[in-house]
Amino acid sequence: MSQTSPQTSPQTRQKVSNTGTQATRVIGALAILVMIWVVISGLVLTPADVVQGESVRIMYVHVPSAWIAYVAFIVTAIASAFFIFSKRHSLGFDRVAGASAEVGVIFMAITLITGSLWGRLTWGEFWQWDPRLTTTAFLFVTYIGYLAVRRLDGSIEQRAKRSGVIALLAVLEIPLVHFSVVFWRSLHQRATVLDPNGDVKMDGLMLFTLFSGVIGFTLVFIWLVLHRQRTMLLSDLAIERGIDNAILERKNEGVGR
Amino acid sequence: MQNAGFIFASYILTIGSILLFAVVTLRRARESAKLVEDKHKPWI
Repeated sequence: MSQTSPQTSPQTRQKVSNTGTQATRVIGALAILVMIWVVISGLVLTPADVVQGESVRIMYVHVPSAWIAYVAFIVTAIASAFFIFSKRHSLGFDRVAGASAEVGVIFMAITLITGSLWGRLTWGEFWQWDPRLTTTAFLFVTYIGYLAVRRLDGSIEQRAKRSGVIALLAVLEIPLVHFSVVFWRSLHQRATVLDPNGDVKMDGLMLFTLFSGVIGFTLVFIWLVLHRQRTMLLSDLAIERGIDNAILERKNEGVGR
Repeated sequence: MQNAGFIFASYILTIGSILLFAVVTLRRARESAKLVEDKHKPWI
């Protein structure tokens, strides 16, 4: 004989739909598969570099994370521009901007940490006040500031306007970071894959693994931004509803007097 | 493998950070989803 507890009975159990969909599940599964390939290929299959030796394996996580951080901050700026300059001022754009910036900060932190480990092996130092490293750290701190501004008191619209302006200014740092190795003398190597002459001096499997890393990290980025911006929508709705309920309570108090 | 500690540390930090952020994101999503009815979720 089986007993059904009140907590688990079908009448009392309410199914709540989260932020996942069929599309996010497919993207998530693909991201996991690609990342597994990148780890296996990056650690085992690819050859060591002639100059840098085994330490070049850090490149397969360092370079894609840096690129995705750039992409995330550019997405933040584009979404913010759509919010500020479009006629409807849709808050959906602001939520995409905020979600993308959060993910970008995570990838930027990964870039700084893995770069520091790679620097210790290549230059003998975890950190140097080198143009590329310094501008990257400055970019990271700027977006921490952007996220802090999003948490300031005020309405959802105020949050969107303030952070949108900052996003449009902060994105101007990205060319400075990218071309810092060209503008100034830097310990950091120049672009290898995006060489303006189109001359890529890299083993085929190394290049394939690097591109796989970029694809894998892009899928992770899309998955995270989709979930995060949907969560932001739910939080915004909950805040709006809380305010609506508070106004209603006040009105009822007034009627009761 | 030479410098294996540094290399493994960079992979563990990368994958670990992404996984941690993904778990936190899904947990936040679950908490927020309880506060709002399904009819207000445009992706459903």
